[in-house]
Amino acid sequence: MAKVVVITSGKGGVGKTTSSAAFAAGLALRGHRTVVIDFDVGLRNLDLIMGCERRVVFDFINVINGDANLNQALIKDKRNDNLYVFPTSQTRDKDALKREGVERVLEELRQQFDYIVCDSPAGIEHGAVTALYFADAAIIVTNPEVSSVRDSDRIIGILASRSRRAERNEAPVELNLLLTRYDSGRVSRGEMMTVEDVQEILSIPLLGVIPESESVLRASNTGTPVTFDTESPAGRAYHDAVARFLGETREMRFVKPERRNFLRVLFGKA
Amino acid sequence: MMNLFKSLFAPQRNSASVAKERLKIVLAHERAGRDAPDFLPKLQKELIDVVGRYVEIRDDMIRVNLGKNLGKAGDTSLLEINIEIDGAKRRSVSGIAGGASIGGAKA
Repeated sequence: MAKVVVITSGKGGVGKTTSSAAFAAGLALRGHRTVVIDFDVGLRNLDLIMGCERRVVFDFINVINGDANLNQALIKDKRNDNLYVFPTSQTRDKDALKREGVERVLEELRQQFDYIVCDSPAGIEHGAVTALYFADAAIIVTNPEVSSVRDSDRIIGILASRSRRAERNEAPVELNLLLTRYDSGRVSRGEMMTVEDVQEILSIPLLGVIPESESVLRASNTGTPVTFDTESPAGRAYHDAVARFLGETREMRFVKPERRNFLRVLFGKA
Repeated sequence: MMNLFKSLFAPQRNSASVAKERLKIVLAHERAGRDAPDFLPKLQKELIDVVGRYVEIRDDMIRVNLGKNLGKAGDTSLLEINIEIDGAKRRSVSGIAGGASIGGAKA
């Protein structure tokens, strides 16, 4: 049974698209047929992060409007056969994402894929609510910072009251906290809230902690989901999160500050 | 000189714990208001009008809350109205416009 997973946050700039790309690629690398959809109509960026921006011909809105069929719009990833990207449109018409149309497209995707990862736009407007409406599971991307935590709390409230599962009185959307841009050094100096602090405030299960890492910018520069970089701390942390999402138990890494290795410091390796 | 010494060496309250405390307070407030139906402010205003006919009352003396009551039969909603009239002055009968009264009418 296919699962619809929304990556959401309320606040912008916390790492939704990076996490969507990394998470979808992580699922695909584990053999699951996965599609990642950009719900940010008018501000298309998932294509860039996934490195397929020059292969976009048709988009989500074209398919909703019946101007193209699904297989014309889906872009197959060149690095992994299980991974597909579904780009959004650059239209300025904010209401182009019609709920009935989205529902029809998701139903069609459910026939072909194991996981449908929805990259939500920021905010709590039409696009964000449409992205979370059909979700079976949600990953709430949060930075250990006051405005991000507050907005995550707001989005958790919206998931609990305005999703389709809530409206139909079905089992609630499965909630997962993904803490990104975590700087264990600053945490140990009391300059940043700890994982436990954020978890205590939001009180939803913790899926993973992604350390602040140079590899994230490097990955977006080259259009490579960071999970393809299995050497980097962020890549490894995303792989752990994917494993936990699939029900495995993994120890939380990158939460404590790493002991500075003398040789690493000497050679400037991060 | 002493101040300089203090600012250099006194342990500062760490900013992460300030962040946590501030968030706890603001979210407790926001969560309470989140599930409230739209009619609550209007209900509160009308209650103030009605009660105000009998006793002098300020806006902040009425609190209307919709909460959850975890009973044996599962969740039930609980509409809670708190009216504080301690020390409120009774209005004189002549001051009651329209002459509405409760329980005072004889058949």
